[in-house]
Amino acid sequence: MPKKKASKERVLSGVHFMLGNYATVEGAISAGCNYFAGYPITPANEISERMSQRLPQVGGKFVQGEDELCSVFSLAGAALAGGKVMTATASAGYNYMQEGLGYCYAIEAPMVIVDVQRTRGDNFASQADVYQMRYGASGDYEAIVVCPSSVQELYDYTIWAFNLAEEYRNPVIVMSETTIALMRERLDIPTADKIELYDRRYTKKTPDEYHPFEALANQCPEAAPIGEGYHTIYSLNPHDEYGNIDWDPIVFDNLYKRVTGKITENADKICRTESYMMDDADYAIVTYGSEFRPSIDAVETARKEGIKLGVLKLCNVWPVPENAICEVAGNVKKIFSVEMNLGKYVREIERASKNKCEVVSVTKNRGFVHTTDEIMTEIRKGVL
Amino acid sequence: MADIKINPRRKYLRPEKLPHFFCSGCGCGQVLNYYTQALEELDMDPEKMVHIGGVGCTARIPVYIKTDMLHGVHGRTLAWATGIKMMKPDLPVVIFAGDGDLVSIGGNHMIQAARRNLDVTVVMVDNMNFAMTGGQVAPTTPEESVTMTTPYGSAEPRFDTCRLAIAAGATHVERWTTADRVQCKDAMKRALQHKGFSLIEIVSQCPTHYGRYALGTGDPQKVIDWIKDHTYKLTTADSISEEEKSGKLPCGEFYRVSRPIYQGTTVMSGKEDK
Repeated sequence: MPKKKASKERVLSGVHFMLGNYATVEGAISAGCNYFAGYPITPANEISERMSQRLPQVGGKFVQGEDELCSVFSLAGAALAGGKVMTATASAGYNYMQEGLGYCYAIEAPMVIVDVQRTRGDNFASQADVYQMRYGASGDYEAIVVCPSSVQELYDYTIWAFNLAEEYRNPVIVMSETTIALMRERLDIPTADKIELYDRRYTKKTPDEYHPFEALANQCPEAAPIGEGYHTIYSLNPHDEYGNIDWDPIVFDNLYKRVTGKITENADKICRTESYMMDDADYAIVTYGSEFRPSIDAVETARKEGIKLGVLKLCNVWPVPENAICEVAGNVKKIFSVEMNLGKYVREIERASKNKCEVVSVTKNRGFVHTTDEIMTEIRKGVL
Repeated sequence: MADIKINPRRKYLRPEKLPHFFCSGCGCGQVLNYYTQALEELDMDPEKMVHIGGVGCTARIPVYIKTDMLHGVHGRTLAWATGIKMMKPDLPVVIFAGDGDLVSIGGNHMIQAARRNLDVTVVMVDNMNFAMTGGQVAPTTPEESVTMTTPYGSAEPRFDTCRLAIAAGATHVERWTTADRVQCKDAMKRALQHKGFSLIEIVSQCPTHYGRYALGTGDPQKVIDWIKDHTYKLTTADSISEEEKSGKLPCGEFYRVSRPIYQGTTVMSGKEDK
């Protein structure tokens, strides 16, 4: 994988007090984003607005399309034309993009999609779309979804998302949330030489030697520039390693096993988790996104009350960090799954726990993140 | 066998894809033929271009061209093209879209791309119905036509796609029929050389569906004759009464002007205060 450092003129190194949506933009600019298409939707608007200002400054292109379909399909075109591309939307807009995402998973177009998750119809805080992030499009594919919990992580994880997209030639979703997107916090932007970037692998083969979708079962294929003689068909339809549309059952099998295998077989390399006070923990909260914030406060309160509580923070929800969850399940008496919906990702946590401990679902869909007290009420009940 | 001649324009095609999958008598093969003639006369290499097809019979045309192509999603051809042109403004992009693809599901993309004067060529093959799905009514189906979803005749008026494109801001608009083989080829040549949004509509015969259901004939020649009877040339428009023009589509070069092309929603001129 070709590595390089971020370019100095793109990185606003220093300490900032910055809006989460702006931090997302700066992460993208640092990562080398040179194409953005968006459609107005609250609470993601500040991303488009800042992009419209920043991208032309660094030689990139900004498009406000006619709808989210224009956003996502123009991303596909720009990605195939060599761009590092991003769009941003919020839950309802992400619905519209599923058609395009299905295409992008199929032709293996690298791109970053920021979904500033919100409640249905309004702009309150929610994590109710955690499954839609992964299962929105039709067909067999695997999604990569990273879930920041702070303004700093919006910056850091957006860069991470671009690197994952390039490495696996796959759409990567940044699961932002109203909570952090519209929050101002301290943001430390490092110097450019501290930011490592990956670029997709371009083929060194001649057009005659090049097979556009040929790759090992756990890899993405090498890319080729468009308009330079590689005559590749980028079709949603099942295609063989030559790019030929083909309905042979073997072609279906090979294609779908590879586009899922390149993610599932590399899940351990992709997944990141962070542990807090887990060394001696009897109980664990497993959580993601902005729900990490009250969870870490709950640990402090619980420890004062003599409850040995720790937190496993999932930095990405898809693919599921199964090994990390399973390990925690083997070491504690109970897992508390804390999320801002009526109980969704808890199913994945239960599955990954392999019955090694009980999993308690701590849920809330009332437009606001859990308070520490609300979490503690469930913890106290659970440890009785 | 030794005397079999190879069509010199076969070099533009993917031989492994032939024979094509169009029904016998379909106009899509003719359009592909006219297009390769235009390429040859302009000495353009499709390998140095990008071609786009959405979903439908027409969308299959570029599958046979040896070129980088995007294919397989309905109606989003111009959205794809927008991204490509933003990253590679000098790369020629040609879209083949059916009437359903372009003005039904993809209608808004077409209107907005025309408004922006996106620098692409759109060849719309108008066979007046949704053919690949079995002959359903389209926004381009003539009124009162019987189709698979209008058993009592279509109660909807049809789109005049060329007028729509001009109103939206397209800078080069022409309409011909598959029977106008020289005009189609020349129109495509003008489009390929035009800087800006070109729409070439080609009214085409679908003997399998529109012919059989709406016109009562599966004979391609009879469908072409019907199309000829239901269109007229702009050049002879003055000699035809308004009554005779009623319900018929005009054919010809409607519009060709120069206007700045799309380069993004906001572009720095270099004069801004930093």
